[in-house]
Amino acid sequence: MATTTVEGHGHDDHHDEKSFWTAKRGLWSWLSTVDHKRIGIMYLVGTMAAFGVAGVLAVLFRIELMTPEIDFFVDGALAGTAEGWAAGKELYNKMFTLHGALMVFVFIVPAVPAALGNFFLPLMLGAKDVAFPRLNLASLYIWITGTVILLFAILMGQLDTGWTFYTPYSSSGTGPVILATVGIFVLGFSSILTGVNFVVTVHKMRAPGMTWNRMPLFIWALYATAVIQVLATPVLAITLMLLLVESLFKIGIFNPEYGGDPVLFQHFFWFYSHPAVYIMILPGFGIVSELIAVHSKKHIFGYKAIALSSVSIAIISFLVWGHHMFVSGQSEFASALFSFLTFAVAVPTAIKVFSWVATLYKGSISWNTPMMYGLIFLFTFTIGGLTGVFLGALSVDVHFHDSYFVVAHFHYVMMGGTVIALLGGLHHWWPKMFGRMYNEKAGLVGAFIVFVGFNLTFFSQFMLGSQGMPRRYAEYLPEFQSYHVASSIGSFILAVGLFWTLFYLVHAIFKGKKAGPNPWGGVSLEWATASPPIEHNFHDTPHVDASPYNFPEIDPDMVEGHH
Amino acid sequence: MSTTVESQSHAHGDGHHDHPEYLQHHFDNPAQQESAAKLGMWVFLATEILMFSGLFLAYFIVRSQYPEMVLSAHEQLDWKLGSVNTVVLIFSSLTMALAVRAVQLNNRKQASLMLIITILCACAFMVIKYIEYSSKIEHGLLPGIAYAEHTIVEGTHYAQEGWWGGPQLFFGIYFMMTGLHGLHVVIGIGLLVWLLVKNNRGRFSSEYFTPVENVGLYWHLVDLIWIFLFPLLYLVK
Repeated sequence: MATTTVEGHGHDDHHDEKSFWTAKRGLWSWLSTVDHKRIGIMYLVGTMAAFGVAGVLAVLFRIELMTPEIDFFVDGALAGTAEGWAAGKELYNKMFTLHGALMVFVFIVPAVPAALGNFFLPLMLGAKDVAFPRLNLASLYIWITGTVILLFAILMGQLDTGWTFYTPYSSSGTGPVILATVGIFVLGFSSILTGVNFVVTVHKMRAPGMTWNRMPLFIWALYATAVIQVLATPVLAITLMLLLVESLFKIGIFNPEYGGDPVLFQHFFWFYSHPAVYIMILPGFGIVSELIAVHSKKHIFGYKAIALSSVSIAIISFLVWGHHMFVSGQSEFASALFSFLTFAVAVPTAIKVFSWVATLYKGSISWNTPMMYGLIFLFTFTIGGLTGVFLGALSVDVHFHDSYFVVAHFHYVMMGGTVIALLGGLHHWWPKMFGRMYNEKAGLVGAFIVFVGFNLTFFSQFMLGSQGMPRRYAEYLPEFQSYHVASSIGSFILAVGLFWTLFYLVHAIFKGKKAGPNPWGGVSLEWATASPPIEHNFHDTPHVDASPYNFPEIDPDMVEGHH
Repeated sequence: MSTTVESQSHAHGDGHHDHPEYLQHHFDNPAQQESAAKLGMWVFLATEILMFSGLFLAYFIVRSQYPEMVLSAHEQLDWKLGSVNTVVLIFSSLTMALAVRAVQLNNRKQASLMLIITILCACAFMVIKYIEYSSKIEHGLLPGIAYAEHTIVEGTHYAQEGWWGGPQLFFGIYFMMTGLHGLHVVIGIGLLVWLLVKNNRGRFSSEYFTPVENVGLYWHLVDLIWIFLFPLLYLVK
């Protein structure tokens, strides 16, 4: 992309300007930094640690689920006793609660926006930083505080409500629920601060010439995400506050024992948590748009359609929460309406998928790891999305509700969608963040292992769910065992693939080949600065005069006058 | 910090960009900084409205489910003190607006005076709130199990007569709404004092008054929420 000097004075001495990694040294320079890139890196480390812990927990209870009875979680001395059986079940309940709460609130909500988003949003806009850098650092510390409180709550006592905290079970409980809700309340504020920051940054910090229609699609996706974060998260905050007061004072809003309405809690909860599903997946859509376009060297098909479909998903996301409650006893009219609105989400989502496929058509496709993850995303996310349509259909949902089918569906969307996109994004931008290339062969092997492991783990769960296996049960009927064993073996393969990926990516930081500023031939602004970027992102304010997807390889006309 | 790096590099330039002290390093010019700060404030206010909207929803559900209880319980609230507080807050909104105007006109003395009056109004509001709260506490008009008429014995089943939809529910909502609002007033007092200190040091001028304006926006929202709370809680009839 053409960059012209706007402030061309006194910058000659900038040739050897240090990267943001080395510009300042020492632990304090990291803890007190307001540089969006360093904050992004710290968020990346933190969210990945949470992902690792929650993933290990999942593997542990997958081991337990290999047999129909509780055995792995039972203390050897108590094996066969009723006491051991009860303790094993409690441990199982705690573990899936910790897995869900960590994955949703600590890992996947902040992972893409706060880690990759923080790092790349200002770079891709051509800005020096986000609009409110100190608020950005505050959001990191608030995130850490919330995580610590949540972990403490779960490790300290019997938090076994699942991540949804449904009343009346949650509000009749004691200590840990209160502490855990405080933790999630705090985590919500971190999310709100990131959202406020991104909305304002996109509106006010774009480089000269960066019109709305010249923004990379990752930015559009982050913008739509930020709007949901800002509008939905406060409702979660007040819901948790009501829950807190309910369990402390028993005032009777949610708990039927005191005259409250437990379905009201579900309405409150899903008014946040359904839009939150799009907080999790929209940034993934953004990453995939970048992966597919850059690695097939083709102008993205339907730029405006993809951009606006992100925004329309954000709007519709506020109108579909009732589809989580088809069997809760809400009115049939409401259920029918929510079902219809849920189908509406499929339209903008399908627009995206078709546009990505159309972008690949006649593109110059590189068979590298980022592209491979882009293709895996198209495959797994489509399965996740379409099974979502099954579940949005009233009659089908009555059968599948609270079964493994639901578990498989949201793992195909969250893991097969967001995590796969995140992995693709990490490979795509690793050279930019660390200045080093990962080993391409190792990457392809890793992608293959992850793909096989993921599908084995969760496709088996579709089969289980369709045969009636309910979710969250520690024990099951023997006829389900073969699928459970397949799912567990899949989860081991998946774990191997992810650890393999972690290993070669970290290895690349120290031993990888130097990447150079633009290893993929990308045209968006982050590729116009050094790898890793200098502290102030760009020597001179960049000037934008074309789309971020005009690749010279495909459009020979674009070469002239642009490079 | 990075600001120094930036100002050094600009010291080499010919100085046609002047960088006022208040301009943060990552903004190109004061106009960009001001509009970013203002948009940020508006987005923040949107989150506040959505947060309170959850409580308003809870209020309307309680009221529609137990209309008679809400009607009789609200008579325990002192509408006279509530009205005085409403007038106090609306007046403080006026003085806040005048403070913004004074800063824009470079009238530092008047700005300080208006800020002081606003702070005093906010404190008066909290004092009246304190009087109201203490009389509620004294009479045991409290949320949930703290409600005096119901001494809870271990093992009591709450679903017994009188508990469902009793006044403890109304006072639960009342204390949550006014409590959260009161917390916002206290935070507002802190912000106003901060403005006053900065104004006395001469940090604001007709060139740069974004913090005053933004705190003003916040203060008007706090006022606005009270304007909704007052009739809903005190004037149910």
